Amino acid sequence: MLNYTIRRLVLSIPTLLFIALVIFLLLELAPGDPMGQMPLTIPDDVKQRMREALGLGEPWYTRFYLWLYQFFVVEPQYWIDGIFGTNFADGAQRIISFQSRSPVFETIAERMPQTLWVVGMSYIVGVGIALPIGIISAYKQYSVFDQAGTFVSMIGFSVPPFFSGVLLIVIFSVNLGWLPSIYDTTHQVVDWETMKFQFQQMIMPVMVLALQTTAQVSRYMRASMLDNLGQDYVRTARAKGMTESIVIMRHVLRNSMIPVVTVIALGIPSIFGGAIITEQIFKVNGLGQLLILALQGNDIPMVMTITFLLAVMIVMFNLIADILYGVLDPRIRYD
Amino acid sequence: MKLKTALMGAVATAALGQMAYADAHEGERGRDGEVKVIYWQAPSILNPFLSGGTKDIEAASLMIEPLARYDSTGALTPWLVDEVPTVANGGVSEDLTSITWKITEGILWSDGTAFTSADVKFTYEYCTDPESGCAQLTKFDGVTSVETPDDLTVVVNFGGPTPFPYGPFVGGESPIIQAAQFADCMGAKAPECTDENFGPIGTGPFVVTDFRTNDVIQLVANENYRQAGKPAFASMTFKGGGDATAAGRAVMETGEFDYAWNLQLAPDVIASMEAGGMGTPVAGFGPLVERIMLNQTNPDQSLSAEERSVIRPHPFLGDPAVYKAMSMAIDRPLLVEVGYGQAGRVTCNWVPAPAAVNSDTFTCDVQDIAGANAMLDAAGYLDTDGDGVREANGVPMAILYQTSTNAVRQDFQALIKEWWSEIGIDAELRNIDASVFFGGDPGSPDTFQKFYADVEMYANTFNGTDPQAYLGNGLCDKAPSPASQWQGENISRFCDPAYDALHAQLTTTADAAERASIARQLNDIMVAQGGMIPLVHRGRLSAHATSLGGVDLNVWDSELWNAADWYRTGDNR
Repeated sequence: MLNYTIRRLVLSIPTLLFIALVIFLLLELAPGDPMGQMPLTIPDDVKQRMREALGLGEPWYTRFYLWLYQFFVVEPQYWIDGIFGTNFADGAQRIISFQSRSPVFETIAERMPQTLWVVGMSYIVGVGIALPIGIISAYKQYSVFDQAGTFVSMIGFSVPPFFSGVLLIVIFSVNLGWLPSIYDTTHQVVDWETMKFQFQQMIMPVMVLALQTTAQVSRYMRASMLDNLGQDYVRTARAKGMTESIVIMRHVLRNSMIPVVTVIALGIPSIFGGAIITEQIFKVNGLGQLLILALQGNDIPMVMTITFLLAVMIVMFNLIADILYGVLDPRIRYD
Repeated sequence: MKLKTALMGAVATAALGQMAYADAHEGERGRDGEVKVIYWQAPSILNPFLSGGTKDIEAASLMIEPLARYDSTGALTPWLVDEVPTVANGGVSEDLTSITWKITEGILWSDGTAFTSADVKFTYEYCTDPESGCAQLTKFDGVTSVETPDDLTVVVNFGGPTPFPYGPFVGGESPIIQAAQFADCMGAKAPECTDENFGPIGTGPFVVTDFRTNDVIQLVANENYRQAGKPAFASMTFKGGGDATAAGRAVMETGEFDYAWNLQLAPDVIASMEAGGMGTPVAGFGPLVERIMLNQTNPDQSLSAEERSVIRPHPFLGDPAVYKAMSMAIDRPLLVEVGYGQAGRVTCNWVPAPAAVNSDTFTCDVQDIAGANAMLDAAGYLDTDGDGVREANGVPMAILYQTSTNAVRQDFQALIKEWWSEIGIDAELRNIDASVFFGGDPGSPDTFQKFYADVEMYANTFNGTDPQAYLGNGLCDKAPSPASQWQGENISRFCDPAYDALHAQLTTTADAAERASIARQLNDIMVAQGGMIPLVHRGRLSAHATSLGGVDLNVWDSELWNAADWYRTGDNR
């Protein structure tokens, strides 16, 4: 298993470099301009000088190499300096956003808390609801519970967040006045009162996002359970006189989890991508909003860095999912 | 008994004092607690020299201020100086080549140090450094040097006579930054100064305590602010992000915020929000005009890259009968009603504001389809093959009409296409993503500068109240072309020697009335000769909570120009 893991990790390096090149070239070839959002009152020659100040005068391969160097050499130096108080970086240029002219990683770090709170929490809540729904729906197929679960899943699949989110705001913020419609990213949780406020401002975006996760995961769980419930080994287990709970929870569930674990693991990187639409609606201003603003403003270093980090996460969680197979299913061995 | 009366009197006096404060909105600094502002476009940086974005300039205006600025009527007002220099008061030299500003004594930066002429000079050097990529460079056009004879005197020297010397250090786009803070941030080092760019030390009413790019700014009152008792608010939360609808809702319906900026929303949406009762929309009109630019060159796609939208003339758009008929066919009051409501007005002019330069030569508020048809018939443009489209010299009068992607603009396109079809002109509609359309990428065929279409619609404006530079957008040599990498502001490629000559005259005229008269004439030439069809004079619509007093919407400068005067009204104090 260890050999396998190391082999996969080594193989991922060329993959990631290739991904970086593709992202960079896509951004390079896409139309648009970092100065596109500047007011028309700024003349073209001033815009041209601003572009040059951003380093856009250099050819693409120089800028790509610079980005790679900054990402893999300069930024780790800053992290090491930050942790150990050393001075490896020695004032070297970090990856700088075109929009804010500040280090990209500082902005990402600033956005991480609210994204993890809201999107991460919604993922946990969504999975936590989805698994029991999927299990019970499959065990009691075509029962009222199953029909209700299917109905909720269909709503989750078909109602987009820009509808459900705004609907919640109109009901709970505008009409009832119970919950804030605008997320306060500066809010600090220090005691029960602030915890309560954090809960209030999180509940709407978390629920909107959790509905979608629930819909997806519960369908996978249900389908996978149904596949396994009809298998011979289940009948054998029952014939051996095992209780229903052991049959379902130990035998069927464990086998059914294999495909579901993949779905859940591969969904985790998307947490770090933030939730673009939901974040915009509730003004959570996390990584999703950061990415969409960077795309709109043609902030190439920011887009490049965020998408590349996502690519790294996806590659890593693919590997984790593969390793989890081995843990869940003793028949699967990689060496 | 006497004691009791005296005590009661004392209580009454104290109460009266309180009431007086309430009425005059005066009192100690920070008495009204927190004020919350929402900009649906989030500020990215608080250094207006590194970003030309309105959101960034306006957010920064809470901290850093210019020497003089425009008030809500468009009048030039001294801000950090005693008076606005003019030729009459001796502040501007007789030959119009220098202007002398006298800084008000005793102004302090928020860190407690004195504001001096050295800071002003430093700001000039900072922005004009060739490597800095300063967004406000045009403010210093023509400036040869900035001198500082003493701590409170600034002399700006121009290379030649400058009749309008109020470019440098005037208005929200040209504030003063602190020399001590930005000393190590000159030129190529400018972007590396994150802390400075995110928290400029200023003379304004607020000081940044926490800046999160594209998200939120937290500010507290500036303890060294020059006016006692101001600002009334001890702190400000400046939230960014989301969309205009949500911002309007947060002020007018849920009451979570006190001020929402630039609500570009449909009139019925604004009205329904106002019914929420928590806030009031306010509108102001600057020189922003939604217009249709008429291509003076031939955009035929069979032409080579060197010739398309470069060679003149356009097959038929240059004929007065054609562009006048196209203008007459448009129902402008309906466009205003559909698109902008109280934030729009009918205009026939390219420069509709300030009032002094608004020409009254044209009228265009009544649609006249029959008149337009008659005009085209008389000019010999007839529909000879009976397909409903007129022909010009055997070519069908079919035009490509492009604009940026935006709900209001697409509504306008549909309406105008319909009206033009009624006069036998067929318009093919096209909309292009704003970041591409306004992006200015010379490699893209879809930019508004390239103008690979017959007509295109967008809005433009200018900063401050002097239209000289803006009217310069009609000069022959400002036309974008392959030779200039498609850069240039003369989008319609309008070219008239008489216009150029009159504009040259404007650049040497100092008298305000005379300048306004020339500006009106230039506007008339542009419109009468078919450079563009003005459609709607667009205003700025913002909203403030009913409990927020002192808001005076300013379209000539930063909207937050008088945040120091804001206060909490009535029972909400």
